Amino acid sequence: MDIFIDIILLTLLSATALAVARIRKLFCAIMMFGIFSLVSACLFVTMDAVDVAFTEAAVGTGIATILMLATMALTSTEEKRPPYQPLVALLVVVVTGSVLVYGTMDLPDYGDPMAPIHQHVAPRYIQQSPEEVGPPNMVTSVLASYRGFDTLGETAVIFTAGLSIYALLGLGRRENRDHIVEDDHA
Amino acid sequence: MHDHLILRIIAKMFIPFILLFALYVQFHGDYGPGGGFQAGVIFASALILYTLIFGLETAMRVVSPTALRILAASGVLIYGGTGVLCMLRGGNFLEYSMLAATPLAGQHLGIFLIELGVGTTVFAVMVMLFYGFSGRKDPSS
Repeated sequence: MDIFIDIILLTLLSATALAVARIRKLFCAIMMFGIFSLVSACLFVTMDAVDVAFTEAAVGTGIATILMLATMALTSTEEKRPPYQPLVALLVVVVTGSVLVYGTMDLPDYGDPMAPIHQHVAPRYIQQSPEEVGPPNMVTSVLASYRGFDTLGETAVIFTAGLSIYALLGLGRRENRDHIVEDDHA
Repeated sequence: MHDHLILRIIAKMFIPFILLFALYVQFHGDYGPGGGFQAGVIFASALILYTLIFGLETAMRVVSPTALRILAASGVLIYGGTGVLCMLRGGNFLEYSMLAATPLAGQHLGIFLIELGVGTTVFAVMVMLFYGFSGRKDPSS
């Protein structure tokens, strides 16, 4: 049953990706990006990675779509047609993709308990985290306690991103109506 | 968007539930999926919905840019402060076990505090991003 769901979701995923690449109307492309994120979130759910799926659904589908729409409001709604056929780019993408697919053949199977990544610290997390940290959701234990430094770093990164946006754009107080007129003519 | 009656009513009905769900995700992250990051994003999306319906000016009266700046910084401060507090109580940086009488209670408290910090920063930054982009041009003009 899982394999059918995976096939359906992956088909949808590639169809949306192709649509994003083909569509010239940016509004449709943004909506397709949102759908792409949502399908990815569904894929994460089928892999039992609910925390990741949650983040993908909230950030990828929600915030990213809104931010792209807000950005689109400042530019045009139509993608310019490229003056050339990007055949070289296609070649590079195909070659890189093939190499990557070839690389996955060496990877352990999905969910293989003997995979190296499940031999290092994961057993400690699974066996000891209820006594050492407590929360029933081990993802929280790992993120917040075992890897507290990483999460502190991530929070600092988000804070820095916010600061950069504040420094570059301000927070909407700027009265730049003169620029708007210029933008509309551009 | 002052004439979109249905949108306004529906948004008014939805926003409290979105906020409540965000709080649930924030404080229930120990037991189920979720945590500070997701909660912050959901909380921010409630405010963004409010901004989309009622306009940037009204939203800025609800959560002002100054408040956002303070919130964004205080989230990181809560996180780092929890780490320093652990050091003051004789442990290593971010060693939550030192925060309370028993190690498990300390871990629980520590995780609660840092998730709160993450949620605060993420909420503030997400809204900041949205204010920053949508403030460049008034969508209704």
